Amino acid sequence: MATMPILPPMPVLDLVKSFKLKTKQQELLIRVSILCLVYILAFITRLFSVLRYESMIHEFDPYFNYRTTLYLTQNGFYDFWNWFDYESWYPLGRIVGGTLYPGLMVTAALIYRILHFLRFAVHIREVCVLTAPFFASNTTLVAYFFGKEIWDTGAGLVAAILIAVCPGYISRSVAGSYDNEGVAIFALLFTFYLFVKAVNTGSLAWSLASAFGYFYMVSAWGGYVFIINLIPLYVLVLLITGRYSMRLYVAYNCMYVLGMLLAMQIRFVGFQHVQSGEHMAAMGVFFLLQVFYFLDWVKHMLSDTKLFQAFLRITVTCAVAVGAIALGLGMLSGYISPWTGRFYSLLDPTYAKDHIPIIASVSEHQPTAWSSFMFDFHILLFLFPAGLYFCFKRLSDATIFIVMYGLTSMYFAGVMVRLILVATPAVCLISAIAVSATVKNLTVLLRSKNKGVQTGSTKGSSSSKAASKALLDQSQPFQKNGAIALLFGAFYLLSKYATHCTWVTSEAYSSPSIVLAARGAHGSRVIFDDYREAYFWLRQNTPPDAKVMSWWDYGYQITAMGNRTVIVDNNTWNNTHIATVGRAMSSYEDEAIEIMRSLDVDYVLVVFGGVTGYSSDDINKFLWMVRIGGGVFPVIKEPDYLVNGEYRVDKGAAPKMLNCLMYKLCYYRFGEMLTEYGKPPGYDRARGVEIGNKDIKLEHLEEAFTTSNWIVRIYKVKPPNNRW
Amino acid sequence: MEGSRFYFFVFAIAILASPALSDLVLSKVDRRIYLTSHIVRISSTLKVENAGPETASEVLLAFPEQQAKNMAYLMATPHEGKGKVKKPVVALPVEVANPKDMPPALTFYSVSLPKGLAEGDSFTFDVLAVFTHALRPIPEQITQADIQLVLYQDSAYYLSPYAVKAQSLTVKLPDSRIESYTKLENTKIHGSEIKYGPYENLPAFSYSPIAVHFESNQPFAVAQELVREIEISHWGNVQVTEHYKLIHGGAQSKGEFSRLDFQARPNVRGASAFRYLVANLPPRAHSIYYRDEIGNISTSHLRGDSKKTELLIEPRYPMFGGWRTAFTIGYGLPLQDFLYESEGKRFLNITYSSPMVELVIDTLIVKVVLPEGSSDISVAAPFPVEQWQETKISHLDIDGRPVVVLKKTNVVPEHNQYFQVYYRFSKLSMLREPLMLISGIFFFFVACIVYMRADISISKSSASYLAKQQWEEAQAVIQQVQNIISRCLATHDKLEASLRDLYRTGDIQACKAARKAADGLLKELSKELKPLLTTLQSSPSAAQVLPKVEELVTKERELQEKVMVKHSTVVDGYEKKSGARDIENRVALQQQKLTALRQEVEDLLEFIDEI
Repeated sequence: MATMPILPPMPVLDLVKSFKLKTKQQELLIRVSILCLVYILAFITRLFSVLRYESMIHEFDPYFNYRTTLYLTQNGFYDFWNWFDYESWYPLGRIVGGTLYPGLMVTAALIYRILHFLRFAVHIREVCVLTAPFFASNTTLVAYFFGKEIWDTGAGLVAAILIAVCPGYISRSVAGSYDNEGVAIFALLFTFYLFVKAVNTGSLAWSLASAFGYFYMVSAWGGYVFIINLIPLYVLVLLITGRYSMRLYVAYNCMYVLGMLLAMQIRFVGFQHVQSGEHMAAMGVFFLLQVFYFLDWVKHMLSDTKLFQAFLRITVTCAVAVGAIALGLGMLSGYISPWTGRFYSLLDPTYAKDHIPIIASVSEHQPTAWSSFMFDFHILLFLFPAGLYFCFKRLSDATIFIVMYGLTSMYFAGVMVRLILVATPAVCLISAIAVSATVKNLTVLLRSKNKGVQTGSTKGSSSSKAASKALLDQSQPFQKNGAIALLFGAFYLLSKYATHCTWVTSEAYSSPSIVLAARGAHGSRVIFDDYREAYFWLRQNTPPDAKVMSWWDYGYQITAMGNRTVIVDNNTWNNTHIATVGRAMSSYEDEAIEIMRSLDVDYVLVVFGGVTGYSSDDINKFLWMVRIGGGVFPVIKEPDYLVNGEYRVDKGAAPKMLNCLMYKLCYYRFGEMLTEYGKPPGYDRARGVEIGNKDIKLEHLEEAFTTSNWIVRIYKVKPPNNRW
Repeated sequence: MEGSRFYFFVFAIAILASPALSDLVLSKVDRRIYLTSHIVRISSTLKVENAGPETASEVLLAFPEQQAKNMAYLMATPHEGKGKVKKPVVALPVEVANPKDMPPALTFYSVSLPKGLAEGDSFTFDVLAVFTHALRPIPEQITQADIQLVLYQDSAYYLSPYAVKAQSLTVKLPDSRIESYTKLENTKIHGSEIKYGPYENLPAFSYSPIAVHFESNQPFAVAQELVREIEISHWGNVQVTEHYKLIHGGAQSKGEFSRLDFQARPNVRGASAFRYLVANLPPRAHSIYYRDEIGNISTSHLRGDSKKTELLIEPRYPMFGGWRTAFTIGYGLPLQDFLYESEGKRFLNITYSSPMVELVIDTLIVKVVLPEGSSDISVAAPFPVEQWQETKISHLDIDGRPVVVLKKTNVVPEHNQYFQVYYRFSKLSMLREPLMLISGIFFFFVACIVYMRADISISKSSASYLAKQQWEEAQAVIQQVQNIISRCLATHDKLEASLRDLYRTGDIQACKAARKAADGLLKELSKELKPLLTTLQSSPSAAQVLPKVEELVTKERELQEKVMVKHSTVVDGYEKKSGARDIENRVALQQQKLTALRQEVEDLLEFIDEI
């Protein structure tokens, strides 16, 4: 019988079939394994810096965080909370416990404790170095759940993948970048997710969770102000668009009241939630919600619409009037502080430039260039509008939230480079929606046809074949090919994104900036470890109570690595003090010595890149010192240091420039130095000119130490001459 | 300097006045003082003769207090004649002695001779004494451009409680540049060597102070504290970690440090500084690192061959006089080179001191970390050390690893001798940590399973909880329905199989029997199905799924009927003996419908599965 109608089923196949997972289980398995892989990927892509250099803390602020974490683990929480630090801001000191966001340190210390409890004897430095990647991994999970909440699991998965490698986020969360932002982005997204979940479900539990998420965010980063303004704005938009619901009422009230109370426990934030202008919007919306609730109740009680309309008018007018009067009184009496300069500079990008030079002097506070948007977002920049389109097409409470988050954070990202970070999760989520929705539509097209063809061919049924043929004929020609092409296009774009992200991570964002690397003449890697050389020299060879004066950029590093007292550091809370240092640097030596003696300065540290061509040195930052110094002490005038509005260090430089302390300290004996073959001695490689003053004599200072590549130069303040 | 001269003078008077001891006579003394590094080594060859009647078994060595204070190491060995085949030298026992009637300003050591010395016998032996901090920088402060000058003081005559018949002294200097030296009779200078003597027939306690002031740019590397941690892992590694606190012990540097001058002419402007240190690590050392508190130090070079591993490390900055630095080096060593077993005990056999060349260590603390669970610990050290025990908690330890701490002050490279730590350790303890890890992960999964299975909702009466439970029940019922349907499908397959058998064998009876069995089974299944459907109909949470389930059931029934019809047709055909082609033609239409139905049922099953 050769023509058997049905092939006999094989016993082995039966066995396989009994082990075969159901579609649902398969989907779950795939989803979980993708998430696991993304989790790992997010962690390991941030380890470039550890592989290229070593397990070390990067840049400036992380050194302060590391130092405080070390203190926390060694002395316990209460000592940390009450810590008065004599080593910074000499002679003022700094109340550390009351002037920092302790979330990061407490988190790292907690991880450290848990690991030690589980008997993993790791060093606290390793914990600090890996905190940011660990939280980045957690952020991918949050992104998945957030995406699932606002769209579907597919969008969640894509969002997790996108955010895992997005350069905008990686820039602040590579291993060693032990900064508040590392945990704060996780806290930010987590709070938003919990709040959206609370709004979607109306569950008290979720809104409670979001209040705690908010508390964690407040404890971790000053960027919590974004949450406390975005959420009320979102609630307001929902009210205006007529989406007020009991769910919203429960979610916002619980989150706001509890979150506020919890946030007050952070000493640095204190009573700002009820006293500062930046937090008033949240309070206003809180009262507005009560009015809404009351009106709802009245509407329920009154059956007459006309009466209700009248009542509505009166109530709203009264509420607004009372609110305005309360705000006005608060402002006038000084109970409610006005907006701070930082807040203004966010709303108005030109504000800082004119009013607060100390904010404007930081490169990461500059307005963002298009190139850096492209650099940090790559294809997400195109997918973002597409995602917005999909969101608007399927409006819900959740999508309204993500749209508002995306639009506001994009604006802030445009104002300040560093705020790209805040926009990154929103951009990733919205782009994920675009990718997921597009791919899903395309695959649905493909699959519906495939299925028809498949059933036709395998079952050999002529009628179904005909039916599917008819279906094919009905659909547009080349639809299937088009879908395939588009899918390939999408995959090409996504893989380009992946390679771009990896390249950016390895090339741009994985440098610790403490150790500089350059390519030598023969292509070998040359390491400039001058910073640590100098800091370690300070640590070992100066008296333990020596005071070091330097520009504020290096303050945290000197206290953390050099273990010496500094005059000013990166916590720029006292502008006058910084201006005093700026004034000393920009005065003549005999004037500067008076300032330095009055500050008890023992050593002066300058960073100089003239030998190596390292451009972010003190000479290039000098104009900011002049500006900040001049802002407080009008003796210092910026035009004195410029020639026809031009900043130069060569022979044509302004005489004040050629003789000010900073110039002398940087170029002391540099005039005898041959830096480049074929150039005269004293050729500054960072600025590409021969210096103007080669005969520098120091009267009150002497060279104490210069690192092997001259990047850091330390001078000792000589004791006053004996009078007899 | 003047003060110290005066001191020595008084001292000499004092000791000259004291009486000589026993009847031993030193017939020949050759002393060589090596000042080539900052560690001063005095090597003397003594020929001792017994002139008295009593048998002498020990010889006294005398050192002025000034020297005794700095003495790090003293060893006496029997003298080997020149050109003899070298055989392992057995050191003579040396002890601190306090003989009576001796001037208090001297410290005495007694050397026990291998056999008693009878009258007229003589014995020759070598004494090596090593001193630290014996060179005084004069001037005490120098600038970067100055050379470092140091002063060494000693006696031109051999200071001994015995009369010395003939003696000579050679002082070896690192360089021929000598600032000044004491000129006595018979003083000669040969390049970098100064010779005093020979002097003959000097009474006991003869003393003549000499001072040599010379240039020494050798690295004055002094480790004020060195903590060596040797950690044994029975998984095959001995991890050595050494924490150094280093200082340049020479003349203090003063004034400014100019990098320009140092870079341009490092040997002139910075002659007194040292830039690197060399460590000779044991062969097959691996995973070597060099770092300090603030991170890795990239300036180090490693050369290795089968005999040794040479590590050259540069501190972060050149070390000028008085400058300090601190760093850590660590390396792993293969376990089998250092751990042995004897009499049921294991012992670690490793060198005591630092692998650094010409390093003086003021305080050396060696910590031997044994694996957790070691017991019965004892130490055998070649020289007296202070010792105690600690515990250290490291990875995956419960009550910590026993640590043997050995402390010694004033350590010189001569102390780099092997010492042994004996302990007992059962091999089974090795499995403890992996087992802990495994059980940890196991309990984690168990916890996950419990969490997934356990019902942890607080309010058992809330609407959402009840709805959820109902839905779960409904799902269970649907699962059962699906099972039954698939069993029905399996029965259909069996019927089809029986038909195929019929085609092949033509055995109608067997086919009928199969039909009967299938009928019975299907009836039972439909009976089972009924109560399930009624529960589903009563459950509110299954309302959405119900139509699909019902559709499934009806379709299946239809399928069942069709299969039966087909079966009957085929069997009838066979009974009537109609041709195979004929039967097939008759069945063909039914077959098409069957396939379509079957497909529909399967699709429905899949659909319900995905809910």
